[in-house]
Amino acid sequence: MIMIEARAVTRWYHEWIAVFIALLLTAATVSVLLASLGLDPISSLQRIFIRPLNSVYGVSELLAKATPLITIGVALALGFRAGVWNIGAEGQLVMGGLCGGAVALAFWNIDGFWVMPLILLGGTLGGLAWGAIPAFLKVRFNANEILVSLMLTYVAILLLSVMVHGPLRDPTGFNFPESRLFHDAATLPKLFSAGRGHLGFVFALIFAVLGTWVVKRWHLGFEMRVTGLSTSAAKFAGYNRDRTVWMALLIGGGMSGFAGVVEVTGNIGQLVPNISPSYGFTAIIVAFLARLHPLAVIPAGLLVALSYLAGEAAQLSLGIPAASTQVFQGLLLFFLLGTSLLVNYRIRFGRVA
Amino acid sequence: MFGFRYLTALGCFVASLTLATSVNAADPTKVGFVYVGPVADAGWTYEHDRGRLAVEKEHGDKVETVFVESVSEGPDAERVISQMAAEGADLIFTTSFGYMNPTIKVAKQFPNVKFEHATGYKRADNVATYSSRFYEGRHVLGLIAGKMTKSNTIGYIASFPIPEVVRGINAAYLAAKSVNPAVQFKVIWVSTWFDPGKEADAAKALIDQGADILMQHTDSAAPMKIAEERGIYAFGQASDQAAYGPNAQLTAIIDDWAPYYVRRVDEAMNGSWSSTDTWGGFDTGMVALAPYGKAVPDDVKAMAEEARKAITEGRLHAFTGPINKQDGSPWLKAGETADDGTLLGMDFYVEGIEGSLP
Repeated sequence: MIMIEARAVTRWYHEWIAVFIALLLTAATVSVLLASLGLDPISSLQRIFIRPLNSVYGVSELLAKATPLITIGVALALGFRAGVWNIGAEGQLVMGGLCGGAVALAFWNIDGFWVMPLILLGGTLGGLAWGAIPAFLKVRFNANEILVSLMLTYVAILLLSVMVHGPLRDPTGFNFPESRLFHDAATLPKLFSAGRGHLGFVFALIFAVLGTWVVKRWHLGFEMRVTGLSTSAAKFAGYNRDRTVWMALLIGGGMSGFAGVVEVTGNIGQLVPNISPSYGFTAIIVAFLARLHPLAVIPAGLLVALSYLAGEAAQLSLGIPAASTQVFQGLLLFFLLGTSLLVNYRIRFGRVA
Repeated sequence: MFGFRYLTALGCFVASLTLATSVNAADPTKVGFVYVGPVADAGWTYEHDRGRLAVEKEHGDKVETVFVESVSEGPDAERVISQMAAEGADLIFTTSFGYMNPTIKVAKQFPNVKFEHATGYKRADNVATYSSRFYEGRHVLGLIAGKMTKSNTIGYIASFPIPEVVRGINAAYLAAKSVNPAVQFKVIWVSTWFDPGKEADAAKALIDQGADILMQHTDSAAPMKIAEERGIYAFGQASDQAAYGPNAQLTAIIDDWAPYYVRRVDEAMNGSWSSTDTWGGFDTGMVALAPYGKAVPDDVKAMAEEARKAITEGRLHAFTGPINKQDGSPWLKAGETADDGTLLGMDFYVEGIEGSLP
């Protein structure tokens, strides 16, 4: 008889052991899949997961890919703790990229130390404004923030499309829907000589630390947590639900907007109709992988970013189809979430007591 | 080309050394392809992949090909392209317009790797561009449509208002008008290259507005299926779509990249590759037509074949004056043909087309 019972005590390392087991199980399952395709599992795994990282270039690219995931992941972790389900980070990211990019284009070819901060501010405010809409509708009309924020994502993507087809289109670009390339003063500095890892990653780390501080030390963080755990308890304590909703969506919107402007100025270098391969949605997974701990978002973001790089490496060096990325990610999530059960529960073999 | 660079930079000795190693190398030439969609069974990416397979077939073990599919045109493209270069690709084809700036950026970091970007306009010493004169095919489609429509209404599903798409609409309209002065075009812009749902909706809307022939500049087979269901005609796009509309398809424009890919890989292997701007039509085999459908009468077939031949031989240009712009201002004088520069930047409708560009 196999039984699952609650642990009397959970220790801090249980969580790490669970993660370790999950990684082992993922590697084992992927090995079986690779072997069934007639590939040598060990060398294939090395090619897929290790080789993308064995150069400065590879690490730099990993950081570039992880930057928006971590930035948004931290914001969502805070919001989800408060029970505010902001599913529209993707739209807030797009608005951030659009507004920040518009500022960059407005000051095109103008140099000055103030240009970059202004662009970042513009992007952050754009995302903030987009996050404020579901917050207002929730507070005023009790409209479901999941639906409103999700639907606004499509509005944002279409708005970006209209802008790059029209007002922000490169005047010398043969009518193609792309903006001019940003000039140097409107481009975030790179961290390394190779790859595209940029200053945005440092901001992401700072956000993760700040986020932890908010959760652990600030009264606001406590208020948000209590509201998330029990609305009636929060009410009893005199906490203001509306304030929590506003804070969660403004933080989510502002930071997603920041991630968007960092992505266009650090990574792409111009506005295009398609600035995000669903970072805003993937960041939801990242936030939950990190169990909504802002600091844990860092490794979670890096891991998910690696799974994308691994998918490309698999296609390039092994000729496995693109769907393999999704298989890696699916397995990884499945095992990580599955083994999380072991943190609070344990499996016992034996007879029923 | 870069032999010269080495000569000046490092002297004769090094140059001869690099030359020697590159000739001696028994390694196969590695050719990479970056695709915007999944390879699938039809459409844009499918045709590029057929080109890749043709390269493999032609050059056997002298080449090794790799590809990465479904690479979004956003930030991921640059990483995929440069990873491909870092993994030792000698020649890389990036097959979507949105890869233009990423290709140029990566090409700067890998001066010894050759790049080919489809449908763009930025080149460098190691970046060539290529595209097809699809408008030549559109001309033939326009002739057939003009002859065969009963309602005198042609429905056109367009993607984005970039010159290539606008050119296609204009070319088809002018050809249709030349054989049927009463013909009208209704255009719906769907703002996507591939979205079966949206394309199907557009097809239904066009049919409800009286269109009895559909043309599309989007990639899915959805409009063809709708045409088949509703018992009207349509033209396939990028690939032969007869499988989706055995009765509906009149013909299809096929993007045949194989001859170009085989030739360019050949040039890369024998050292004669250089950065060029290729814009090939019927004459190069890059634009082809699918077999005419059962519904096309013999006289229409003969007319279409004659036009195809005349374009191939250079006797006919799809844009031959007199042509006015939509606002009535003159564009081409009688007998004058459009120059490539104007065609490449075309951002206006010709006279007679209703509506405005988005």
